[in-house]
Parts: sequence; structure tokens; C-alpha cells
Amino acid sequence: MTIDWFFILEKIVLISGVLAISLVVAMYSTWGERKVAGIIQDRIGPNRAGFMGLLQPLADGGKLFFKEEIIPGNSNRFLFILGPSLAMIVACMTSAVIPWGDTLTIAGHTVSLQIADVNIGILYIFGVVSLGVYGIMLGGWASNNKYSLLASIRAASQIISYELAMGLSLIALLMMTGTLSLKEIVEQQRHDGWNVLYQPLGFLIFLVCSFAECNRTPFDLAEAESELNGGYHLEYSSMKLGFYLFAEYINMFISSALMSSLYFGGYSFPGMDSLGLAPNLVTILGTAALFIKIICFLFFFMWVRWTIPRFRYDQLMRLGWNIMIPLALANMLITGAIVLYRSTH
Amino acid sequence: MQALTSRAKQVDRKPMTFIESIYLWNIIKGMIITFKHIWKRKETVKYPEQKREFSPVFRGLHILNRDAEGRENCTACGLCAVACPAEAITMEAAERKAGEEHLYREEKYAARYEINMLRCIFCGFCEEACPKDAIYLTETFAPANYKREGFIYGKQDLLIPTPAEKNKA
Repeated sequence: MTIDWFFILEKIVLISGVLAISLVVAMYSTWGERKVAGIIQDRIGPNRAGFMGLLQPLADGGKLFFKEEIIPGNSNRFLFILGPSLAMIVACMTSAVIPWGDTLTIAGHTVSLQIADVNIGILYIFGVVSLGVYGIMLGGWASNNKYSLLASIRAASQIISYELAMGLSLIALLMMTGTLSLKEIVEQQRHDGWNVLYQPLGFLIFLVCSFAECNRTPFDLAEAESELNGGYHLEYSSMKLGFYLFAEYINMFISSALMSSLYFGGYSFPGMDSLGLAPNLVTILGTAALFIKIICFLFFFMWVRWTIPRFRYDQLMRLGWNIMIPLALANMLITGAIVLYRSTH
Repeated sequence: MQALTSRAKQVDRKPMTFIESIYLWNIIKGMIITFKHIWKRKETVKYPEQKREFSPVFRGLHILNRDAEGRENCTACGLCAVACPAEAITMEAAERKAGEEHLYREEKYAARYEINMLRCIFCGFCEEACPKDAIYLTETFAPANYKREGFIYGKQDLLIPTPAEKNKA
């Protein structure tokens, strides 16, 4: 058996590229968050470190590295370190199945801009994302602090509740597309138009649930500083805290990419196949289109954060169980009926 | 019962309409409001480069005044220290010797005059109490130092330069 060195090289470059891009995007999301917050509140946001404050994330990262590393005496040392590591690893793992673009042709080789086109891509994402709660849970529990524990319990029950509605809203989409592969879902949208047009309610449910999954406002009860002194990462300092905060932004980036791919055509854009340009150029334009969509979603995440106040915990649970899940079920029922009607007529 | 103020407003306790109860519409309204703020004028004053204009009665750090010939006005009467509600001012008086007439305006002067800027509340009572026009509050503010001792301002920090020194500089 010969080893396809080009294939291995291609995947290594792709993996490092995707990892680097998600880290850089997460880094600059912190800058973007502060800029958006500033602008929405009639301020100007960070503007000291570098041009328009663009070096601010580096300064923040440097600060986190040089902060004192504190591990509480009564904490479980192993789990305490495992928590943020797990949060970070899980956040980075999800990007493996997202199609970042169509195929490029380099020196006779066809390179797919997707790390792994597994036929159960969505299932993989859900499996990995639900591991994310372990990072928070372990961190909160190992801190040996009641506030951290309360926050992580909140986070766990919130994520589990909203994952249900999220999965149900996706099932409606999957009944329509008939595949679990993200690449195929994007390719279908390339020809038939964006899924958000066929699944507006499903998209809305998915959107709200991804806010809850990312622990973003208005669902950031795990970080409710006014009630919990800071949340599940209360006892964390230095780069371990940085990992938790960073993981949140990577999750935001990945869920933006996922929403773009599932409902907004991913790397496809209207008129993509009638441009008459070289296929490689079209692929690059498609990737650019995907990133524009992602940036729009990231802005939306921030815009919502600086508009809507936090839910109360019982409101959050009521919204999840009494409204989101029945809505998602109804959406599933209607989609199922239409799919059945279409297949018989 | 008579209303206490003319601006009192009846609280609206009508039950929520359907549109209100699904909450989404109100979220969109709120998002439109925040979105409009993107084009609003930014209130930030870019501080070190740009300074806010002070009101004419702004009270900043103190100075000790001299007369036109460059002699210290302060006679160490202690009225400022008595007026000071924060007890930030201490002084030691001394008698003017012969030959020091060009340094001090009157026969008595402050050999030591200290203001603890960490205690000072910048009320300006010292300025009002002074019968000799010796102490004034300026528009300088935000003193910075690494140590607490650095905030105890002595005479060398407070006295304005003499006309001769001013000409040199």
C-alpha cells in the first residue's frame, strides 16, 4: 500500500489552517465584542493598542498569560485543570466537519476545503457540542465553590434543555434534505435556494437554542455575575480563565458557521454557477461569502447581547420546555406532512 | 389623594396582547433601537489628547500664591487648616529674619506647609478662609504617584514660581 503523501499534507495544512483561523476569529471576536458594545452604547470602544485598538486582543492574551495562576487548596487539582482544557478542545473539534468551501484544484489534485466529509456530520457536531457542557461542569465542580457549582448546574441543565429543542428543529431540516452530511446540505442549497426560506421557524428555534448553547446573553445564566459572583469560572485565573472565555468565542464562531451552512447556503451564494469564472476563483469567492455570513452572525450575537437583558432562571426553563420544544415538535409535524405530501404527489 | 408631582404617570397594567406575549416583536423593537445608536454621536472624550472644558468654579490642586514682587503671601495664620473639613493641611510658622524681606511679604511666614492630597476633598474652603490671598485651587487635577508619601505636597510642590524663575523658564 502506498501512502498518499499529498493527501496527508493537504489535511495537515487544512487542519492547521482551520484551527488558526478559528483562534484568530475568536481572538478578534473579543475585540469586535468590545467595539460593538462601545458603539451601541455611544462610546468608541478600545482604540489605544494599535490602529483602532486592533492589538487589544494580543494585549489581553499577554495579560492573561502573566497573571498569577491560582489553584484553590481544596479543589480537585486534576479536574480543575481538565475543565478548561476540555472546554477548549471540544470547542476546536467541532470545526472538523464544517465545509469551509467547495473544492480547489491544485496541480491536478482536487482539494476539498472540508477536513472530513463524514456522512454523519451533524450527528458528530451534536455529539461533540454536548461534550462541551462537561468542561463547564467539571470546572464548576472541581472549584469546590458553591457559586461555581450553582453556575455549572445552571449551565448543564440549560444546555441539556435547549439541546432537545435544537435537535428537534434540526430533525425537521434533515427530513427535508434527507442527509446528515453538511457538504451535501450545502450543495442542495446551492441549487434549490437557502434552507431558511423553507424552514423559517426551524431556523428561529435553532438560532435561539444556539444562543443558549453558547451561554450567550440573554441565556448567560451560567455567568450571572450579579447572582453568582462570576459564574462557573469564578475560581479560575490566568490562562485557564482565558481558555474558558476563549472557548465561548470559538463556540460562537462555530455555531455561526453551522447556522450559515445549515440555513444560509454555507459557501454558496446566489448566482455562483452563472459567473463564468475559473472554478478555483469561484471556490475562493464562496469561502469569502461563507465568512461574510459568519461575520454577520457574529455581529448578530453581539448585537443581541448588548440589547436584551438576561432571563430569569424559571423563565429560561419555561421558554425551553414549554415553548421551544412544542414549537419544534409542531414544526417537525408540519414539515413531515409536507414531505409526505410531496413524495406521494 | 393628591399627586405629589405633576410628572406622575399611571402604570399600564393591561394584560399583554398576543404580539407582546410572544416577546419576539419587543426584542426586534429593542434591537432596532440599539442599531440606531450605531450612528449616534459618540460621547467619549479621548482624554489625554482631548480635554473636557471645566466649569469656571472647578477646584483642582492647590497653589500657594506670591505677590507681584515674588514674595510669599502666606503668613501661616492657620485659618485654612481650621477651615479644612478633611484636616489635610498642616503648617509650621516661623519669624522672618532681617534680610529675608524679599522672600516673605509679612513678618511671619510658613516654614513648612503641607497638604495631604489623599485627604483633601477639594472643597475650596481653604481658599475662602485665606485672608491673604495666599492659597488658590487650580484646574490641575489627577495627581499620580507610586507611594502615599508622594501625595503629601510640601511648599516646593505648591508654591508658584517667582517672576525671576518664570522669566528663566
